[in-house]
Amino acid sequence: MHQIIRKQEMAKGTIVRFDVRAPEIAKKAKPGQFVIVRLTETGERIPLTIADKDSFEGYITLIFQVVGKTTAIMRTLNEGDAIKDLVGPLGKPADIQKVGTVIMVGGGTGVAILHHIAKAFKEAGNTVISIIGAREKDLLILENEMRIISDELVITTDDGSYGQLGFVTEPLQRYLDERYDIKEVYAIGPIPMMKFVCRLTKKYNVPTMVSLNPIMIDGTGMCGGCRVTVGNETKFCCVDGPDFNGHEVDFDELTKRNSMYLKEEKDALLFSIRG
Amino acid sequence: MVDYDVKYLKFKTYLNTYCPHCRNSFNRKEKEMDKLKFIGVYKGEDFELTISAYLDVFEAQASIPLKEGMILEDCKCPHCKQSLVTSEKKCGECGSAVGEVIISAFSKLIPFFTCLKYGCEWHGLTKADERRIKLKIPRQEMPEQDQVLRIHNFNEVPYGLTTELALLEAGRCLQCKQPKCVEGCPVNIDIPEFIRLIAEEKIEDAVMKVKETNLFPAICGRVCPQENQCEELCILGKRDYPVAIGHLERFIADYERRMDFRKLPRIEAKNNKRIAVVGSGPAGLTVAADLIQLGYSITIYEALHEPGGVLVYGIPEFRLPKSIVHYEIEFLKSLGCRIETNHVIGYIYSIAELLENYDAVFLGVGAGLPRFMNITGENLCNVFSANEYLTRMNLMKAYKFPEYDTPMPEGNDIVVIGGGNVAMDCARNAKRTGAINVTVVYRRSRKELPARNEEIRHAEEEGIHFKLLTNPVRFVGDDRNWLKGIECVLMELGEPDDSGRRRPIPIENSNITIPCDIAIVAIGNRPNPILFNTTPNLQGNKWGCIEVNQETMETSIEYVYAGGDIVTGAATVISAMGQGRIAANAMHKKLSRPASKTKPKQKPEKAVATTPKPKPKAKSTSTRKKI
Repeated sequence: MHQIIRKQEMAKGTIVRFDVRAPEIAKKAKPGQFVIVRLTETGERIPLTIADKDSFEGYITLIFQVVGKTTAIMRTLNEGDAIKDLVGPLGKPADIQKVGTVIMVGGGTGVAILHHIAKAFKEAGNTVISIIGAREKDLLILENEMRIISDELVITTDDGSYGQLGFVTEPLQRYLDERYDIKEVYAIGPIPMMKFVCRLTKKYNVPTMVSLNPIMIDGTGMCGGCRVTVGNETKFCCVDGPDFNGHEVDFDELTKRNSMYLKEEKDALLFSIRG
Repeated sequence: MVDYDVKYLKFKTYLNTYCPHCRNSFNRKEKEMDKLKFIGVYKGEDFELTISAYLDVFEAQASIPLKEGMILEDCKCPHCKQSLVTSEKKCGECGSAVGEVIISAFSKLIPFFTCLKYGCEWHGLTKADERRIKLKIPRQEMPEQDQVLRIHNFNEVPYGLTTELALLEAGRCLQCKQPKCVEGCPVNIDIPEFIRLIAEEKIEDAVMKVKETNLFPAICGRVCPQENQCEELCILGKRDYPVAIGHLERFIADYERRMDFRKLPRIEAKNNKRIAVVGSGPAGLTVAADLIQLGYSITIYEALHEPGGVLVYGIPEFRLPKSIVHYEIEFLKSLGCRIETNHVIGYIYSIAELLENYDAVFLGVGAGLPRFMNITGENLCNVFSANEYLTRMNLMKAYKFPEYDTPMPEGNDIVVIGGGNVAMDCARNAKRTGAINVTVVYRRSRKELPARNEEIRHAEEEGIHFKLLTNPVRFVGDDRNWLKGIECVLMELGEPDDSGRRRPIPIENSNITIPCDIAIVAIGNRPNPILFNTTPNLQGNKWGCIEVNQETMETSIEYVYAGGDIVTGAATVISAMGQGRIAANAMHKKLSRPASKTKPKQKPEKAVATTPKPKPKAKSTSTRKKI
């Protein structure tokens, strides 16, 4: 049992931040790694990326968007409640080195994961340029946190209610045009966003890493449900990833595989409401 | 006293006896009771002798007073008045004369002898006759759930032997002097001995006998491929059908659990040595159970949220009820074994960290990485690995969706690729989800199917189709990336390959397409790379398994042992248990050596050189940081 020690709702309550007591995981967790969460005896196992950790106080931070039944139930939990099962840290940590200037691109909930990786890049001595986006002003998360760790921060919103109007790809293209010292791009967010970022950086031949979020059950390489095609090869996201070279990832396949259980997700949600 | 020779006839057997001369029956009904009637001769006088027709009831009545120790001079048939006394045989107890009658046992007439001394109660058969009777008893079939009903539920299919059936089946064992069955068992259970104990109705002792070598008979009795192990070598099987050793093993274990007479084993005093067991599958559980009895402190680390490994996530409920696995694990816990679920070793603790806190480590992590065929369309939606399918169904209980949150893959036409036990499990599971057509596609012929015969039979009974000599070449998807069919090529069998099985060769231009909604790939597993990725000095072999010393199961790292599928590649539950036992013995041997009282990482010589007195173990453990 892992106790929730802090809860914070963000982006009009669609995104929730939990600090969960897990001293062992906090000690080992590295940026880019994830945990598998199971709430109850009848619950499903869902992967959530570790958004931050405090090994001294012994907690990890989970930031998640409310999309299905499990996250809907999780949102109703309060400080002091406990999560039944928490497995981690799983997956390969992000490859963080001192390379020079890196651009961190985040969209939606992806910013939560991006923050952890961006912080590590900054601590490794890189110049960090961050571009974060959201649909509208109220849905933008972790702006201040990103501002602290970034040398430059650009904010975009789809409706122009805050920052620049448009998608994250526009400022990214500008940076790629203007600066020749960009060594790496890290893109985390919705699949279409990552897909267009990768399409853009491929033109400029800048290495791009993306963090994928396929459907998983066990998270230890056992089930193979999370397989993705990377460079015409099948990879298991849970043990070979979750971070991959974005230029090689087959995003279309991932989108379709992720939509496999949309109907069941709805059924489960309805079942939990109606009882 | 009842002679052992006729023990197998004992149970509720009432004797139908006939005169060896006139073949008239001695049986008479008297006051609703069956009695045998003879004419006895004592001191030259005939008198009427009535004996109970039940083998285990010794009741005799006569028209003259009967006294203990009195020997009848003769015994005659009441019909033909001929003497029944034979000179060929003597009583096995007291050596006096015996009378011969014919009994019918298992629709065969057999000579049967009874002592003429009152109170001796010896009766018996000749060894040769006994053998003839035993060969005549048919193999007892286990009662099973109806094949029409069972595809609508997930309850266990075989019900297990009843006590009567088990005693009858145990009576079939010939009690060979040099039993071949024991050689066939990977853990060398003393099979004839435990069957003898069942036949003698000492079921408690039989359980203890089995548990000397196999701690989990309820599991092995259900999932072992007995027809390729003990039962394959049974002498009875050469002529007829072998003794149902697996069914008997299952019977005694179920009997123990039902009657709840489980005894706590003797546990040695704690020796202040700590063992970490990684993985709670069959191998890990065996090591834990063996070593905890020797006084070690055991911690089992399990990656999933439920201990049991393949017994929980892989083998379906209708083949191995999870309550049995829980029962065994609860028992281990009651012995003091600590089980830490949700701990993926390699990530949360490295092997080196475990060695700092434990005296030895056992790796029984299994082969959990599914193999795929690497053909086009394998990543289409609704193409599953057997692992994923079974994990969803068994561990996550997807068949109870939406009560349980994990969704169940549903479809009308389901194709399972592969021919092993896992493939059968998937196919039978699929049938229970309501699929109309379930087809098993296998590239060799029926004879080469690697699954247990029982599983194949069950699958066929449940209406699962077998498409043999067929190999998939491509998964066909629709425009939405969902599976709609599998393109296969037909095969023929060529020359035998290294494994002795005939190699399948594709027939050109024989492609067919099997329409389906769901495909499950059950062609085997590889070892998981997590341990290798996080432990650079752990040596593997070319199959990706851990390289071990075959005699001790020790890996390339000292004090780290391994066993089960991570060493052999995908194999059986019992072979994993066998290896667990070897490792447990080797660990005990190594750790109980005086030199090992020092910290494992220090070399013994060095420890002696620097400190004249090696540190007592207890102290060093208490000062260590607790994980």
